[in-house]
Formats: sequence, C-alpha cells, structure tokens
Amino acid sequence: MRLIFQKSIEGRRGFKIPKKDSPLDTPFPKEYRREEDAELPQVSELDVVRHYSNLSRMNFSVDTNFYPLGSCTMKYNPKFTEKIARLPGFAELHPLIPQLLGGGLLAQGSLEVIYRTEELLSEITGMSAFTTQPMAGAHGELTGVMITAAYHKFCGNRRKYIVIPDSSHGTNPASAAIAGYEVVVVPTDEQGCMDIDKFKEYLNEDLAGVMLTCPNTLGLFNPKIKEITDLAHKVGALMYYDGANLNAIIGKARPGDLGFDILHLNLHKSFSTPHGGGGPGSGPVGVREELVKFLPIPRVAKRKDGSFALDYEHSDSIGYIAPFYGNFSVLLKAYAYMVYLGKSGLIDVSEKAVLNANYIRVKLKDYFNIPYDRVCMHEFVLSAQEQAECGVRAIDIAKYLIDNGIHPPTVYFPLIVKEAMMIEPTETESMETLDNFIDVMIEAARLSKEDPQRLHRAPENMPVGRLDETKAARDLNLRWQKA
Amino acid sequence: MSFVPHSPLEVKSMLDTIGVSSIDELFSDIPEDLKPKSFNIPEGKSEFEVIEYLKGLSFKNATSLINFLGAGFYDHYIPAAVDEISSRSEFYTAYTPYQPECSQGWLQSIYEYQTAVCQLTGMDVSNASLYDGGTALYEACMMAIRITGRNKIVMDSGVNMTYRAILYTYTSNLNIEFIETSVVHGQSSRREIYKHLDDKTAAVIVQNPNFFGAIDDHSDIVKEAHARGALLIQSVYPLALGILKTPSEMDCDIATGEGQSLGLPLSFGGPYLGFMATKREYLRKMPGRIVGKTVDKKNRAGYVLTLQTREQHIRRERATSNICSNEALCALRAVVYLSLIGKVGFKELAELNYQKSEFAKSVIDKIPGVEVKRSSPTFNEFTVLLPKNADEVVSKMVAKGYASGFPLGRFYKGMDDYLLIAVTEKRSKEEIVKLAESLEAVLCD
Repeated sequence: MRLIFQKSIEGRRGFKIPKKDSPLDTPFPKEYRREEDAELPQVSELDVVRHYSNLSRMNFSVDTNFYPLGSCTMKYNPKFTEKIARLPGFAELHPLIPQLLGGGLLAQGSLEVIYRTEELLSEITGMSAFTTQPMAGAHGELTGVMITAAYHKFCGNRRKYIVIPDSSHGTNPASAAIAGYEVVVVPTDEQGCMDIDKFKEYLNEDLAGVMLTCPNTLGLFNPKIKEITDLAHKVGALMYYDGANLNAIIGKARPGDLGFDILHLNLHKSFSTPHGGGGPGSGPVGVREELVKFLPIPRVAKRKDGSFALDYEHSDSIGYIAPFYGNFSVLLKAYAYMVYLGKSGLIDVSEKAVLNANYIRVKLKDYFNIPYDRVCMHEFVLSAQEQAECGVRAIDIAKYLIDNGIHPPTVYFPLIVKEAMMIEPTETESMETLDNFIDVMIEAARLSKEDPQRLHRAPENMPVGRLDETKAARDLNLRWQKA
Repeated sequence: MSFVPHSPLEVKSMLDTIGVSSIDELFSDIPEDLKPKSFNIPEGKSEFEVIEYLKGLSFKNATSLINFLGAGFYDHYIPAAVDEISSRSEFYTAYTPYQPECSQGWLQSIYEYQTAVCQLTGMDVSNASLYDGGTALYEACMMAIRITGRNKIVMDSGVNMTYRAILYTYTSNLNIEFIETSVVHGQSSRREIYKHLDDKTAAVIVQNPNFFGAIDDHSDIVKEAHARGALLIQSVYPLALGILKTPSEMDCDIATGEGQSLGLPLSFGGPYLGFMATKREYLRKMPGRIVGKTVDKKNRAGYVLTLQTREQHIRRERATSNICSNEALCALRAVVYLSLIGKVGFKELAELNYQKSEFAKSVIDKIPGVEVKRSSPTFNEFTVLLPKNADEVVSKMVAKGYASGFPLGRFYKGMDDYLLIAVTEKRSKEEIVKLAESLEAVLCD
C-alpha cells in the first residue's frame, strides 16, 4: 500500500485549525524560525481514516486471530476497560495537578486507583509494597536490579554479579548489565530447571542477586524453587522474580511465599491490558518489607483521614524512573480487570491457562518432539528437530500457521531448545480454537515429510511473502523521502 | 466469570485427554507448603458495577479546571479521528510485529511514524519510539557515551527537571560525570557550557524550548561541542517545530522529546511517547526498535523490524539497551494526528499557540506588581514573577476554577515567586482575559 505521505495532494486539508481570536499580531522572531515547513502529508480526514483502517486490516490481532505466543500471554482484552480508560475524569488529568493544591487533593480518584492497584498486586504476589512507575516489563527489571544495587550499597557492599539461567528472557541479562552488574549464566538440568549444583558454584559474597522466571520459559514450575531462594539468601543475595509467566500461578502460588524479594509484573500479559502492537505496557515492581524504602518516589500514601497523597519522603529511594506515576491508563485497565474478575475469577484464569496448554501438549506429542515432556504450566516448548531432518524448520511451520490464520508461537526461544516453538494458548481460548490449531500443526508435521516445499513457500495467502531481512539490514531504508 | 469459554463438560473431556482426574493434579509441581499463605481478594463484580465504581472515582479528579498548566505536558486538542483509529482492535490487540507477513499494517504505520519524526526534526533517521521523553533523553545520553567512548555529560539546567531526575536515577550505578550549567536570561549559559567542554565530554544536553518556555538557537554551542569531539543532544517540544528552528538546522546530533503533544491525552502521566532521531552516521548506535523497508521473493515491497542484533532478545547482556517494548499505539496516535493536521495545519497550529501565548503575556503584564519575564523569546509558555509566593497564588486560583500554571519554586531554588504559564490553542481569548482578572483579584486579597 502507498504511504500516507505518497497520498499527499498539494493544498488538501484534513483538519480545521481554530481561528485566532486575539487582537495582537506578534511576528514569530525570524532568527528562530525553521527554514522549510515540515513535509507532513496533505490529505483529507477520510484519506487518513481510510488509509489507517485499511492498514489495520493487514494485521493479525487477538480480536481476529488466535495467538498461541509463548511468554506473551495474548489473552482476550475486555472492552469495558477501554471505556473506563477514556473517561474524561481520568484521561484529561494533568500529571502535575497534585502540585497545585495540598499534594493530591485534586487527583484523589487517580491516586486511589494507584493505591488500590498496588494493594491488590501486593496480595496477589505476596509482597509488602509496589511501585507502579515502570512503564514496561524490562523497565521493571531495571528498577528491580537498581533496588538490588541500592540494598547492597546500603549494607555496605554493592557486590559484583547477577546469576541468570540460560533459559531466561533476553531482558534479564540486558537489565542487569545496564544497571552495572556482570552477568553469570547457569545452565538448565535434565528436568528443565536451573542446575542447582552449578548454581552452588556461584554462591559467595559477590553474588548480588538471582533473576528467575517461575514457571520458567519452558513452562515448568521448579519444585525445588524454595531451595534455590534459601541458598541465595544464605549468602545475602536477593531473589528477583521475572513476572512474565505469572498467569500460570495466580492464586496457586505467590512469589513472596516462594522466597522472592523483588518482582515485576507485566500488566499487558497477566492482567489483560492490550499489547498495542508493541506498547504501551506496564511493569509494576513489588518488594518485600526490607526493600520498601528503596522504591522509586513519589509513592502514594493513605492519610489518616482516608484521603490519598503523594509521598516523597524516602531518603533511601532510588529516585525517579518515570516522569510521574507510570503508564496510568494501562494500570487503570488492569485494575478494572482485577476488580471485575475478583478472587475466583483470578484463580480460574490460571487453572484454564494451564488446562489449555496441557491439552495442546498431549495432543501434539505424537507429532513433535517435546524435550521436557511432563505436566506443564501455562506454556510448553516443542522442538521441530525431527521436521528439521526433512529440511523443514520451526520458522517454516510458523509461516504455515500464518497461512492458516494463526499467529505463530514464539520461535527459537528459549535458546536451549533447538528449533524451539513456545506455545501459550492462554485461558480465554476455546476448545474448538485449540483443536483447530492442533489440526494445523499435525498437518504441518505431515507436510514436512510429504511436501516440504509447501512449508518453504509459506506464507502464500498474505499481502507479502517472506521478506528479505538481510536486505533490510544492509540497504537501510528507514523513512520515506520526497523524490 | 473471567472471559474463559470452558463449559464443565469441555473441562472434563480435556482432563480425560490429558489423562488427569482434576485440575489440581496439573498443579502438583507446586509443593503443598508453598501454596499461598493468603489470597485475600474481594469477589468479582459485574461490568456495570465496575464501570459505575470507577466513574465515581473519576469524578474525584479535578479535570474541569481551565488549564494553563504545562511544564512539559500540554493540553492540546485531539481530533476525534485519532481516538477512532487507535481504538481499532486490529491495531490495539495486535502483538509486536516480529512476524512481518501478518503485521504489515503495524510495520507500515511505524515506518510512517519514523518518517514523520524525521520531517519534524529534520534528522535523518528515527527509531520506533521509547517509553517517554525522559527515557529517550537517557538513551540518547548512553548512545553519546557509546559513540564517543567518553563519560562526561554537560547538561543545561533548562532541561525539564523531571528528565534530569530520571537521568540521575538511571545512571546512579554507572561511572558518568554530570555537570549542570545555569540558565542566564532564560537561555543556556554559553560561558558555563564552554568552560566544562573538554576532551572527556561525551555530550552537551539542551532543551528547546527550555523548561521556562524560552526558545534558543543552539548552533553556536553545537559548533563548540563538535570542535571538542562532543555530541549535542537536543530535547524538543514537537509541536513547537511547526515554526521553530529544527535540531537538524542547528546541526544537533541527536534529537529527542516527548510526543504527548501529538494527539495523546494527558492521562495523569502516561502512557506517553519518547521519540528519538539522529544523523545517519549514528543510526547503528541508536537503541530501540526500528522498522525498515525491504522486498519479498516476488519483489513486493514490505516492512520489517530491522537491525535487531542490537536488541536484548538477540544480544542479551551486550545489547545497546534493555528496552523491549516501544510505545507503538502512542506512536500510531502521533502519526495519525500529524497526518490529519497536515503540513499547513501544523505550522498554523504552532503559530496559533505562539500568538495566544503572546496575547496572554500582554494581558498578564498589565497586572500591577506582576512581571512577565521577557529576556528571551518564548513559544507557548512563559515565566511570570509574582509579588507573592506562587504556591499560594496557584492554590487560590484553583478555587476560582483555574489550573493557572506551574509554581517554579517546586523545582528551582529561589524561584518561589515565579509561575510558569502555558497557553495552547484550546484557550480562548475570554479564558485568557479572565485568567488575568482572577490573578489580579487573588493578588489583591
């Protein structure tokens, strides 16, 4: 499709600017004026609406397609939460309004939303307090590692490194490194969990923290998790919980009870706020009692009279990691979702997420190699290694799924499984959707033996086929320019 | 009810397929002693009840005040079509476009957004967006450190305080030296910046318009920085670029900013939109997602996420940044907004903001005892010296129905009597005149 810039017609307008109603006419100082106007499109409102409506139809989305995308929890996003986020009382509130009168008297509604969200998240995860500031999961990780550093500094020694299993998300090592730590990678054992004996080699005075996902990225809950957290605590290290996979255990286990000290959640995963094509997310961070004083400022506090206030009085705080209180409208949607579901609804989520994943796992195990084949949690990883022997790789199967209207699972991750496909159906998908996916996967397995070319050609039913990514990186074309 | 479709019979049949007798069996990896020590969550509510409850909370926010409060985040009008397009669920319920064949709509939109950011700033290339303007500035700072191999940053104190605070937090565990320089007569102090420029300086950071609303031409600072092998990072207010000299015209190396003014609601601080654009020679050092154009086997044009080898999911601890998300939906709003407003409208809108604010200056200047600071030109926000403590004046103005501005004493020592007033296209002549009248009344109290 042509770009909106290419649809420009000189002199066409899409929006009426209000008339100038002031009597003055002060010319903008010449020496500060830009030489040429910004070359933006010149199009009508219909041009814009039609262009972007048609572009939107070239996307898969949860509302139109099944997304068994491991680690990403692409569940259904309820519509009423969108309606709430658009309420003018929330959408039009300036973030500096609390600076105008009595530390928050003009923003009681939003401050209460933040306070109640933190309260619920603390109870769900078994933590003492939360900050809603982090604007994404990775941002939460960075905040958590900074809190780790602040804690160790406070105890008199910053320590040197962070332990991360080889099955972790890439953001874990990246966040640890950005915060100034060295990263030590521990391999996975035959059961699919972090190798405890190898882990023990790093238990010393230089260990600052351990970052784990639980259940891990193979979708497995480590029954020895408490042993790991106890070992880390013995040498004074902190345990960090990557909350990407919380959807599996809500109401079944709490990271705080498992011995974790800090965690981030992904509200756009577990609590159903939309992914928005890659953001905005939200990654609140929770900590246990000893670490509360290091949380970012401001925090939201409840006064004795029941009103809410912004609280900046924390001398040990790591400071600001966001301009204000986080991605507020994302929090608001997550909060509305939690209030709607309530206790039994939340438990239902993890039960059905786990049921759905195991159903697919069992039905596919005769067709694909499942390296860690035991009861999984919300996701599992299969390997297309057998198919690879016929020259069909995970990516080929992924593209074949696209031809069948299914968004591919996460592929080639975790790195420890060859030809990995990481499947997470989520709780909101029905049995017939799962069955259809299973049939398509079985068909892909058959084709890999009988007609591998069909898989190599996929996708054939989309606006474009497989794109030349090497060319994209070599002959960089990152913007349109007027000829 | 939790949006799960399973009927009891289906559950039973699925359990049979799996070969377990109950759902509990699926959770047998969780040892008994690790079950939740408490799970004290209220029971759920109906959709109607949740909406009513939250509507009630929304009424407790003061959103009916007439808004002259800016300080980096502005009350601009958002055309209805922006909400309409960004509410299309094919956009908002989609995932990150890692699978290009089924994400062409998103990828093309981001490519168009990148183009729009380049048109506004005049820079060569843009990324697909970052969390917010503060994060964008931090990432630019790290990028300059990577490019130059140096670790000293000279920062103008006219840079938004919120951003400076974020920068200090982010870098607290890293070996980076920050020097803050003063604002003189509203603009960057050349003398101080030059004094601190040396062969250790990675970058000079300035903001245009600065926090006090003053506009500046930083070209001379850029020359001086380049002569010392340092980069110049400029944080800009994108709406001002309708008329204001661009970072590229001043030869800045990296431009960043907060895109909230381009069609995003204020929403109590987020989600916002951090944009970043740079010169072609530095693009491989730029963090964040980037969309590029390419072709498929049949030579059909298409778009993909490119240069991913810089990113955390490939590079892990050696990535240029730990960031995974961008703010795609906010970036979409920005490009839809800019397309609607259009080439001519964008310039007119910036002019209008400027004119209204100049008019407000003239009216407020007439209030006895009040002085509008005029040592340097401004765009749509300006500093006023009051004969009284600004905090007190502002809270009295709330009672009269105004968010009358930002009391500068909150961020700057010794500025307790200064008020920062923003005027956007939404403020009518009547509202401006009445603001001045109310201000006068409050000052006479």
